[in-house]
Order: sequence, then C-alpha cells, then structure tokens
Amino acid sequence: MVQPLDYLPETPSQTAGPYVHIGCTPNFVGIHGIYAEDLALKPFPADAPGERITVTGSVIDGTGTVLRDVLVETWQPGADGRFGPGAQGFCRMPSSLETGEWVLETVKPGAVGPNAPYIALWIVARGINIGLQTRMYFEGDDLSSDPLLTRLEHQNRIPTLVAKKTGDGTYRFDIRLQGEGETIFLDM
Amino acid sequence: MTLLPRKRDGHPPAHTPGYKSSVARSPSRALISGPASPTELSGPTFGHELLGKLDNNLVVNFTGQPAIGERIIVHGRVLDEMGRPVPGALVEVWQANAGGRYRHKKDGYLAPLDPNFGGCGRTITADDGSYEFLTVRPGAYPWPNGPNDWRPMHIHFSLFGPSFGQRLITQMYFEGDPLIPRCPIIRTIADPSAIERLVAPLDMNRAMPMDCLAYKFDIVLRGRRQTMFENQMEGM
Repeated sequence: MVQPLDYLPETPSQTAGPYVHIGCTPNFVGIHGIYAEDLALKPFPADAPGERITVTGSVIDGTGTVLRDVLVETWQPGADGRFGPGAQGFCRMPSSLETGEWVLETVKPGAVGPNAPYIALWIVARGINIGLQTRMYFEGDDLSSDPLLTRLEHQNRIPTLVAKKTGDGTYRFDIRLQGEGETIFLDM
Repeated sequence: MTLLPRKRDGHPPAHTPGYKSSVARSPSRALISGPASPTELSGPTFGHELLGKLDNNLVVNFTGQPAIGERIIVHGRVLDEMGRPVPGALVEVWQANAGGRYRHKKDGYLAPLDPNFGGCGRTITADDGSYEFLTVRPGAYPWPNGPNDWRPMHIHFSLFGPSFGQRLITQMYFEGDPLIPRCPIIRTIADPSAIERLVAPLDMNRAMPMDCLAYKFDIVLRGRRQTMFENQMEGM
C-alpha cells in the first residue's frame, strides 16, 4: 500500500451554451442595470503607450458558417512586454449577433522572453465543450525563432496563427474550428 | 512556475455527437502541447471595486424587487488541484429564471419572463477561496437537440484563476435532479465520477430557517506549481 495521491481533479468543463452573454456581457444583450458596463470592453486605456492596432475576425465552423454566438477573450502584455496592472491587457468580445464579426482595438503586444509577440485567445460558445486556447501572431513580425512555432511538426499550419495585415495598423484574423485551414488549438 | 497539464479525460472531448451543436464546432486535429509562456501563466486580476453591492444577489439585482421562485444560497470554495484556496478569483454566474426561461432574444420558451429577474451575478472569492450567491432555483427547460431533450436545473459558472491558462466555464447541477443522467450535455463527460463533481449537494448547514435552502458547489481550477528546483540550470 502507498499513501493516496490526494490532489483534487480539475472541475470538468461544460459548454458556455447559447446564453453566455447573459453572464459575461449582459449589457450587450440588453440586460441593463445589473453591471454599469460589461467587463473588459477595451483591453487598454486610450493613452496606453504603443502602436494602436485593430484586429477584425470571425469564428467559422466546419460547414463554413460564421458563429454569431461566440465569445472571444484575449490576454496580452502591453507594448513593453509587461502584464497588467490589474485587468489591463484583457478584452472580452462577443461576436456581432448579426455578422459574427468581433473587433479588437488594442496596442500591439511587445515580445515576452524568446516568444514572438502574440495575443492569447480563449474561445467559448454553444457546441464548444471546453474553451479553446490559441494564439494570434502578426504578419510582418519575425516568427522564425518563436519556441512554439519552430517546434510545430506541421509548419504549413502556422498561417492559421498569424493575423493578416490589411492596412496601416489593421489586421484580419479568422478562426476555423474544423476542417480545411483548421486553426491550431493549444493544450498548454 | 508552471501549470499542471490538463487531464483531458476528466473533461468532455470536443466532438460529442449526442450534443449535436458540437459536431461542426469541434476541432478535428490534435491539440498542440508545449510549454506555457508567461502570457498563459499570467492573467487579468480583478479588484473588489469592480463589484456592485448587489452583484451576487440575483433575487434583487435586476430591479430591486424580488424575483419569483424558490430562494436558494449557492456557495462554495474555489480551490486548485493542490487543494489550495484561490482568493481573488472572479466568479460569474448566469441562469434561467424559476420557469426555465432566459432573458435572451433567442429563448422563445413558453415560460414567461420574470420582470424582476435578469439572470446574472458575479463575485470575487475571499482569502479562503469562498464565494456565495443568493438566487432562485432555475427551472428545467426543453431545448432543440434530440426530439425531447430537457436541460436539468443548472447554473452556469465562469472562473478566472491567476493564470489565463486556468480559465474555465462549467455548469452546476442540483442534487437529486432526475434529468441529470438524461442530459446530452452532461453526457458529453464520459467519467461518471467527473459528472458527480458538477452536482451540488443540498447543504442544510448553510440553509437559513424560514428563508432559503442552500447548495454547496466547490470548484477546482488547474494547479499552479512552483518548486525550488524549477527554472534552475543544471549545476547552478
């Protein structure tokens, strides 16, 4: 006999479901008066230092349909590669109920350690049983020595993690849940 | 500092055909593992200044007038896999009203909206990891999946630990609900003991006589590990 390994198992995940907005962005779905405003509408104050960028994206299912009930959360350092203070660097974005697009207005993150600059994403929706982790890197940055990207077996999938530059300070980042061009999702 | 690897067999897999919405929304390729970087290990922190006085009281936080339904306290502790309390964790909840209806334009169920029930609340865990809500017991309701599928009574929970990699959304169920073993969303979890960990027991120690019943729901987030041997060069 041995002593029991008495660690606690992590609570199982369950889908955020179709009404995730009620809990996470109630004002966005017309539930006013409980919270003055929804949490983390913007990741940084307007005067935060750094290059201002706008990333527009959508989340697309295995049939090619854009999700209009998805919630995307982002977490990143500031332009100097430091985190915080508080919730600075965190943004919560419900996709448009009409078009499914979400828009992230932020500052371009600085590099942290040996990693190329990136923003961490967490994606939940009806039909997603456990939140999906991924990363968004940026077209035009040097990605050649990023520790995650360099160790990927399927180098041809790297573009799924890279936001495409569409203009001065604007990027596009579509997330494909399944099938051709499926985004790389992480377990880390 | 590192996060303990997620034990995926205690979670639902992505592709669960009994829950039809998962079929087109599940990644088909393997998840990629790798060492978490400081971005996944750090995370946003939320101070008590975020909270309004009634944020964790769903009975009155919408209009100030009480919602209809069976009053209940839902309380518990947020811990990590080492059994340590997680203080300062933002806990957000949302739920249907006592009739099983959500305040959402996509919910067209027959049960009426309650003019005094919004359906969400939030709090931040205390130093011992504890939290509590006052709410009404949510109703069960039918949903379009199989020909006659019903959701058991449940409350959705969203949790932030200190690391973004600990982010978790789950659902709490109620002891004794006969719809639990029939629910296709619960059945996405293969391990029966994992399902049990989502079912809150009736807690008469916390019930208030002549006022409300109570249910206790403890939540465990991924463990964070730091040892004196970590991040140390060999021979140093």
